[in-house]
Amino acid sequence: MRNLTRYIITRVLLTIPMVFILLSIVFVVLRVMPGDPVSAMLGGHAPESVIEQKKEEMGLNRPMVLQYADYLWQICRLDLGESMVFKQRVTKAIGEKLPATIELTFFGILITLFLGVFMGAYAADKRRTVQDYVIRLYGIVVYCIPVYWMGLMLQLIFGIWLDVLPIAGRTGPRVFASTFEKTGFYLLDTILVKDFSAFGDVLVHLILPAFTLGLVLSGIFVRLTRANMLDVLRADYIVAAEARGIRHRKIVYSHALKNAFIPILTMMGLQIALLMAGAVLTETTFSWPGMGRLLLERIYLRDYPTIQGVIIIIALIVAMASLIVDVIYAIVDPRVRY
Amino acid sequence: MRYSPARGMARAISLVTGMGKKYGVEWWILVAGALIILAIVYMALFPASIAPFNPHNQSAGPQLVPPGGKYLMGTDNLQRDVWSRIVYGSQTILRVAVLAAIISSVFGITLGLISGFSGGFFDRLISLIMDSLYSFPGLILAIAFAAMLGPGVINITVAVAVIYIPTYFRLVRGQTLSIKEELYVEAAKAIGSSGSTILWKYIFPNVIATTAVVFTLNVADGIMIEAALTYLGLGLPPSIVDWGMDLSMGKKFLPSGVWWLITFPGAMISLLAVGFTMVGEGLAEILNPRLLER
Repeated sequence: MRNLTRYIITRVLLTIPMVFILLSIVFVVLRVMPGDPVSAMLGGHAPESVIEQKKEEMGLNRPMVLQYADYLWQICRLDLGESMVFKQRVTKAIGEKLPATIELTFFGILITLFLGVFMGAYAADKRRTVQDYVIRLYGIVVYCIPVYWMGLMLQLIFGIWLDVLPIAGRTGPRVFASTFEKTGFYLLDTILVKDFSAFGDVLVHLILPAFTLGLVLSGIFVRLTRANMLDVLRADYIVAAEARGIRHRKIVYSHALKNAFIPILTMMGLQIALLMAGAVLTETTFSWPGMGRLLLERIYLRDYPTIQGVIIIIALIVAMASLIVDVIYAIVDPRVRY
Repeated sequence: MRYSPARGMARAISLVTGMGKKYGVEWWILVAGALIILAIVYMALFPASIAPFNPHNQSAGPQLVPPGGKYLMGTDNLQRDVWSRIVYGSQTILRVAVLAAIISSVFGITLGLISGFSGGFFDRLISLIMDSLYSFPGLILAIAFAAMLGPGVINITVAVAVIYIPTYFRLVRGQTLSIKEELYVEAAKAIGSSGSTILWKYIFPNVIATTAVVFTLNVADGIMIEAALTYLGLGLPPSIVDWGMDLSMGKKFLPSGVWWLITFPGAMISLLAVGFTMVGEGLAEILNPRLLER
């Protein structure tokens, strides 16, 4: 366990240069490229002197190195600063949107794992049969379907033609905002205030976005699970289990799948980045008020501090997620030593 | 023996089926993918021979006609023919995705070679930067770059290219590190070859083969990123015909049940990406059966 603690500490320390480098790239790119928050805010018709004065007030005319040093010092104090466009702390803006993104990605990954792992295991069991090829083709095709198009098609089928599911937002108009003041996770909030009709409403709104995200990513997990299961199914203990006359289905879905799952878990850490990217696109398609929409809105306004803040938070989420996955891996499989 | 098209065709077909017997299903995946790509490349090269209307023609027919009859895929809200826009739109997406893959492979391979070969502080610094970029969601970086650069075909190509440099870098650097220790590199050193000769004449040719698979898969990814950026309204001015932009335009009419404006552009994006992925997967299995299994 001491090794594990040391490993975790090293990993946490390693995320610092990663976030720092990303932040530096974004900081420089934002300021080198054309456009700035003042021009974006005042539009193209404001007189030059007004723009210059406003820039001066915001400190945008100072040397970039000084701005950069200031910003880094601010980050070291765990302060993301204040939006340049709205009177609003960046942490507050992110705090309002983050739960929506987490709620979406959490259910997305659940659906992905469920679909991907079972289809992959089934394909490996039926290796080189029609079922196997169909599932592998599903894996390729579903991976190549852009997330937003999948979202639009599901909206069209379930929202318009069948008219059974809502296609936009986190709640219907009936639900009052005051229900969601505790955590920002709407499902949790509605349970906390015991408003079950609101809970149902939130759940119904979550179905299409979560399925969109889950379906698209399931392709990767189909492939991963299949490849790992093929290795495991060749192992001696599987042959031994067969010899003892254990039911085939139990061997595949209980004995083999448990062992194949460990490498899948590590790969999951790597897919978090893809999941976040998918979430941004899903949010736009479903008007889901999350981090992706926040980022896009603020990019148009050239709101430097908010853009930088969102990038930092996403980088941290990705780093933390892969760390957690690695730690679970170490705990589940004691053979792993760091 | 004189060449005749029929004989050439027959030879080509027997070659293709012969390979099919040798490599099995993987070969047919590759062939199917290549056929999809060829069909869409044909569309991009000779659009005028396929498309019945000019893609910008705002009087091709009435507004929002459903598919069928004169309009294969219907018309949009500006009375333009959707099928013609699909045909011309193939040019934009292919150009951006392929060009971006070329740019990122050139930069990624060169950096990877130099970094892996020279080692030391330079190697560690570049690796750290590349790893940071690699672990961050590529699309989100591309959004940031594309938004900052402003609309334009070149700008969107750069935005897509930047995020894939680390993919090539990591692959090539790893390969360079292991090839550096090979006996023939040792021998080259012994006969007094210079560093650059070893790098370009001995290591580079051995690295380049494995990047072919990554390249095709990269184009497939680039297609989806390009379409994502233009779908978000970040990539291109409206004067350019593009599948992603048509998709985001069609989105507005989805609530009124206008299905053809979103179905066809999206299906084409998927189809093109599937084509490149199938070629990549087929190549990977044929070149090295264990490469994608892990």
